[in-house]
Amino acid sequence: MAVKSHNKVNHPGRLGYSFKRHLHERFIELLLFMSALLSVAIMIAIIAMLVKESYVFFQHVSLWDFLTDTQWTPLFDDAHYGIMPLVAGTLVSSMVALMVALPLGTIIAIYLSEFAPFSVREIAKPFLELLGGVPTVVYGYFALLFVTPLLQIIFPELPGFSLLSAGLVMGIMIIPYVSSMTEDAMRAVPMHLREGSYAMGATRFQTAIRVVMPAAFSGIAAAYILGISRAIGETMVVAIAAGMQPNLTWNPMEPAATITAYIVQVSLGDLPHGSIGYQTIFAAGLTLLLMTLVFNIFGHMLRKRYREIY
Amino acid sequence: MQTSAEIATESIQYKSEVKDLSFYYNTFNALKNINMVLHDKKITALIGPSGCGKSTFLRCFNRMHDLYPGNRYEGEIMLYPDDVNILAQNVDPIEVRMRISMVFQKPNPFPKSIYENVAYGLRVRGVKQRAILDEKIETALRNSALWDEVKDRLHELAFNLSGGQQQRLCIARALATEPEIMLFDEPTSALDPIATASIEELIADLKSKVTILIVTHNMQQAARVSDYTAYMYLGELIEFDMTDTIFIKPKNKQTEDYITGRFG
Repeated sequence: MAVKSHNKVNHPGRLGYSFKRHLHERFIELLLFMSALLSVAIMIAIIAMLVKESYVFFQHVSLWDFLTDTQWTPLFDDAHYGIMPLVAGTLVSSMVALMVALPLGTIIAIYLSEFAPFSVREIAKPFLELLGGVPTVVYGYFALLFVTPLLQIIFPELPGFSLLSAGLVMGIMIIPYVSSMTEDAMRAVPMHLREGSYAMGATRFQTAIRVVMPAAFSGIAAAYILGISRAIGETMVVAIAAGMQPNLTWNPMEPAATITAYIVQVSLGDLPHGSIGYQTIFAAGLTLLLMTLVFNIFGHMLRKRYREIY
Repeated sequence: MQTSAEIATESIQYKSEVKDLSFYYNTFNALKNINMVLHDKKITALIGPSGCGKSTFLRCFNRMHDLYPGNRYEGEIMLYPDDVNILAQNVDPIEVRMRISMVFQKPNPFPKSIYENVAYGLRVRGVKQRAILDEKIETALRNSALWDEVKDRLHELAFNLSGGQQQRLCIARALATEPEIMLFDEPTSALDPIATASIEELIADLKSKVTILIVTHNMQQAARVSDYTAYMYLGELIEFDMTDTIFIKPKNKQTEDYITGRFG
């Protein structure tokens, strides 16, 4: 500060306090802050809306019934409001999807990051990204009209709508997300760690599995969490290929509705605002949000615990 | 340090012999026609200004250059007593690395426990028996003067160790598999003087067990720890002799200029 006052007497020079520069900097800072604030504000608005509308719903239906009733028939005369069938449908289809996406995505990432020559990687990556760019509605019909008939050859008793078919296709859809994030995490592992492993006489595969993957653990965990969130939140594929009947089952060979499929179904109908049927959307939406939130928090904890230290 | 009479009697005991070695990064000729020997159970230092090819030369010994496309060796590095050229096409680099281990410039412990770091080389060789692992790991950690500091926390992450301890852990890791030659690529350049002194002491102690080739930027270090010194410049081996000779009366003017600090 002494420098500042001294300079003011004479020529301000380079050490002088530039009001203009300062203002410019503050303006940029404000702009960045507002952008960051916006995403937080939107998140808060969504949660507030869901909670408010769900509150109305829970005035009519007790939380206990919501969690323990085994039927979800809000639009029938004999209405039941048990969320479990939808939760089960969501979890089963997500499980199937993740059993496809996580192992395959990881294997692809290991190949691209540790084995593939430069030319192969340059060709394979855009194709994988293309896989992620296909509209989900296309995947939905791919499941319904191609994968289901194919599966029916192996399992003749498989119904036309099934969680299995929807889950498998959803898994394929999620592969690019998992593989590209996992690959980024693995490639970020510094070369000197790999060299350390090779210098001990390790093979490429041993190096990938024993050194690179543990070193990239937090990034890989983030990729998996993203995959899980995508599977739970995916709508179109399950709405088209899994059927829309709420069905409390843990068997992927049966048709069932997921939370997202139900929300789409009801949103498309012409339910009057404020009716109990309309309010169910928000209760279901809040449940979905809580489920993804739980996985995100879990993932965050994992990442904090095993963060990268090279 | 040894007298020349002693050297003369031992001159046949080579661990390795480099014959007309040239090395290319694609078209760039990084090493030019190098001829030298590694004396068995002795320490050989490679000195020279930055970019002279010291590290490139060192990394030929464990075929590290094979990891990257476009690299090419010419000539031979014979490994004795096998009498095998380790640069030959039919020699598996993994087998070479199993017998010639390396310690890097920057400590590079794996994201594993202290125990698992030292066990790594044994595990990739398929050793599974706990008793054997325990014993070899303790020996390696004792030989790298780290045992007393870590024996109560073998299962903690290696990253929790200090820089000097991490480097000694990397030495333990390289020692655990009982290599015949150990390569050190400027092992103390990332360490403080105290840690450097302990690593130098350790390297001097290891001489009884293993042949050592060390790259160093620090001429005092070369003078302190090595028995033989090679001075390299622009990919060529300018002079190779006993360390005493190189530092007291080098034959080559260029070496003398470098040693006395007039150049480099």
